[in-house]
Parts: sequence; structure tokens; C-alpha cells
Amino acid sequence: MIDIQNLDVWFGDGHDRVDAVRRATFAVNAGESFGLVGESGSGKSTILRAITGLAPTWSGRIEIDGQILHGKSRDRTFYKNVQMVFQDPYASLHPRHSVDQVLGETLSLHGFRDIDTRVVKLLDDVGLGTRFRFRYPHQLSGGQRQRVAIARALAGEPDILLLDEPTSALDVSVQAEILNLLCDIRDQRKLTYLMVSHDLPVVGHMCTRLAVMKDGEIVEVMDVAQLRQMKASHPYSQSLLDASVAQ
Amino acid sequence: MTLLDVQNLWVKFPTRQGIFDAVRGVSFTLGKERLGIVGESGSGKSMTGRAILRLIRPPGIVEADYIRLEGTNLLDLTEKQMRAVRGQRISMVMQDPKFSLNPVMRIGDQIMEAYLLHNRAGRADARKKSLEMLEAVSIRDAERVMRAYPHEMSGGMGQRIMIAMMLIPDPKILIADEPTSALDVSVQRQVLDIMDALVKERGMGLIFISHDLNLVAEFCDRVLIMYAGRIVEVCDADRLHDAKHPYTRGLLNSLPRLDHPRDRLEVLQRDPAWSDAPSVGTQE
Repeated sequence: MIDIQNLDVWFGDGHDRVDAVRRATFAVNAGESFGLVGESGSGKSTILRAITGLAPTWSGRIEIDGQILHGKSRDRTFYKNVQMVFQDPYASLHPRHSVDQVLGETLSLHGFRDIDTRVVKLLDDVGLGTRFRFRYPHQLSGGQRQRVAIARALAGEPDILLLDEPTSALDVSVQAEILNLLCDIRDQRKLTYLMVSHDLPVVGHMCTRLAVMKDGEIVEVMDVAQLRQMKASHPYSQSLLDASVAQ
Repeated sequence: MTLLDVQNLWVKFPTRQGIFDAVRGVSFTLGKERLGIVGESGSGKSMTGRAILRLIRPPGIVEADYIRLEGTNLLDLTEKQMRAVRGQRISMVMQDPKFSLNPVMRIGDQIMEAYLLHNRAGRADARKKSLEMLEAVSIRDAERVMRAYPHEMSGGMGQRIMIAMMLIPDPKILIADEPTSALDVSVQRQVLDIMDALVKERGMGLIFISHDLNLVAEFCDRVLIMYAGRIVEVCDADRLHDAKHPYTRGLLNSLPRLDHPRDRLEVLQRDPAWSDAPSVGTQE
């Protein structure tokens, strides 16, 4: 479903050039959930941004659902197929647009006609209900906003969701609700997830395989069974494991 | 020995819908120990920390029977006397170093300012002391850091600089409000270790405010669990996992764990009775 080979992403030119991602290679099968973990600055979010065209300077090969991507332009079918959920639900919703406007506009951009019924259905799917339809973001809690952001991502009926730290701005009790919701919609809609997180237990809960990144490079790809047994083959991933399990 | 004794603390904010109580009748004492305050966002944990330093500005209202710092009631002090308490006797480390350091001032000047404000000393002394302090928080190459601006520092470095700055007047109590939430796991540990060592060495009292139960359980001696402005449970940190209150249990159970895989995470069922029940006292 997602096939990435020798991906390099850099910012700036000449002297100022920063190589954010170096020779990243991994593949995600259809229906699988794949995690990217690492410290901040290790390039995990940059990979998602390169896929969606938000980081225009990259080289290598990105293939999504059989389609090979070039540069930063993506066509309409790409955005229908691939959607992203961002970390900060406070920043990713327009403060002066109601939930209805946010979802309605997204749906009309995706070319749907039956917007009214679809808005109601989307809100139901993410467990908000129609009570929340005409509210503004400041009238919602962090968890509710993240639900709206997920509803917006689901509007185009995508097959792939890119999740960039979807719960790290939320309380643990709300995090549990959102992770359960993500699991439910994955099962209902047969979605493929590519999830970025610095929280190993969260990745262990959601994903079947994960890649550990350090300084822009993937140092290890392992599956969750290895993760649970705390058996990483690379010393860096082992130290990351030790640091997060002691807590 | 009790350093800080808080009795029946309330923090109120008048709103158009009436008065909102952010903290409702909280009492606790702090000795030379590490006291954790945990709770979700909106539970009043940060407000408690700020109220102790009288940092809540009007229209916010702070009421308490007393907030005693080594015998003196902080509520009776004038604003001028209070300024002598802040920093010198009680310090506070905030969540994000990006917002608490002055972006247009060299780090060295900022730390020296903190020292000069509280001590009658020359610049050479201040400089020497600042370098010492930076080394105490494990910053290599302190000379370079002194000349640098905050944007040249990483988050972990910034937070260590903040800790250095807060500890330079040698306070009795350090209030740390989510000091490591903006940092990576691996850096988190370093910063905590440094803080821990300094607190132990100097015999300080530490109030550690966090939303992360496991971190608090590991790092503190005693934990207060807050919900909707009240303390619902007090327990020893090493026995947090045997906590009895359904709210604490719910929070613990909602965490995904590597060693206990589950298909679904438990979702916290809130009981309105929790927010009505009176605060649990800690005077034992």
C-alpha cells in the first residue's frame, strides 16, 4: 500500500542544508498499521510531510497504492485516498469555522453532493453526534476537537490515514478514547495507518510493525512481538525501549 | 520538618456564568520531600502551584485559611515582600523553556541577572556562580552556552538552563510545573535525574506537577491526585499502583502497556460524585 525506497528529504541549500531524512526504506501492507518512532528531530514527521507533499524537496521513490509520486504536486484522487491527522487539535481547526462548516467544506471539496447526510454520518462515526454540529472549536474539549479532525480526515473515504502524534496533546483518559476510536474505524473501514509517535506503548498498542528512527535514518524495523519482549537488535532502539518502559 | 503548610486553598475566577472554582478547598503539607500533584488538564494542579506563589492575577481570587512558608503566612505579605519570596525562597520551573527564557538576551546575562537580583555581588562573582550552576545541571561547554541565545538551545538544554536559573538563589522549595512534558523520553530522564540530585543535595522541598502518573510514581515520594479542583486521593508514590480511588484506577488502566497487550483500552467512566466529595486532607 505504501512503499518507500531510499527517501531523502532535506531543507535549505548549500551551507544551510539539513538532511532531515536519509535513505529511508520501508513498506506498509494494505490493512496494516505501521509505526514510526524516535526522538524529536529524528525525521519521523518529515516522512509523513514528504508523502503528502508538504515537504517539497525530496528524492527517492514513494509509491502509494500503486501510484508513484513526484515532487510536491498531488492530484485530487491522492487526497481522497490519503489523509492526515495532526498532533495539535487546537491548531488544526479554524477557530472561526463551526464543525458543520469544517466538514461541509471538506466534503464539497471532495465532490460529494449529499453533504447534509454525510456530515451527520461522519459525526456519528467518530462518536460525537449531531449535538456538536454547530459548535465552534473553542466550545469543544481537546478530545472532541481531535474527533472532529478525524472526521474531517475520513470525509473523503480514504484508505490510508497518516497519523502524526494523534494523542500526544491529550490526557491519558482521553487518549484511551481516541485510540479506541482509531482502532474501531480501522476495523470498520479497512484502513491502513502510518503512525508517528514518540510513545512506544501507544505504538505497541496500535501497530503491528514499527521503524525506529535516529538522526534521519531508520536504524531498525521490528515487529510488535519483538517490542513487547524488549528485544531490539540495535543499541539505540534498545536504549529507547529501556527509557520508556522504566516509566 | 514542614516547609510549607497549605490549608483550605480556593482559587476562583468570576465568569459571566457565575464564579468558577478552579481549586476547591485543598490542604496539604510539604516537608523536605518530593511531592507529586497529578491530574488531567483542568483539574487545578497548575493553579495550586501558582496560587502558592500568589501568581494568580485579578480577576482571579485566591482564598485560603493560610499558606505558611516556614511559619509566615504568605497571604499576609505585601506584594513587595512577596517579590522577595519568589525566586529566593520558592522557585518555579514552567513547562516550556521556549516561553520562559527571554529570546533577545544571552543566556549568561539571564542567569547572572537571577543571581544579581538576589545577592549583593559583583558581575565577576555572578559569572563564576552561573558557570558553576550550568555545570551542576550537566551542561558541557558552559562558556559557550553563556554566550548563546535561547533559540540556539534544544528543549532539554533550555529546561536545564531554567533549572540552573531557578536554583541559583538557593530556594527552599522548587515548584516544577510539567517540567519535562515538552521533552523527549530520553532527555526527560536526564533532566529528572539532575533535578533529583540537586533537590537531595540541598535538602529542598519539591512540588512536582505532572499529568504523567507513571513518571510521578517513579520520581516522587508522595502523590496527591486531583480531580475537578479537589484532592481525591493521597498515597505513597511506590504504592500508587495499589491506589483505591476509582479515578486513579481509571487513569492507570487507560494507559496502553507494552507488557500487557489488550485489544481495547479501558475508558474512564466519570462519576459526578467524585467532584462533589470533599478533599482528602493530608494532615496525618
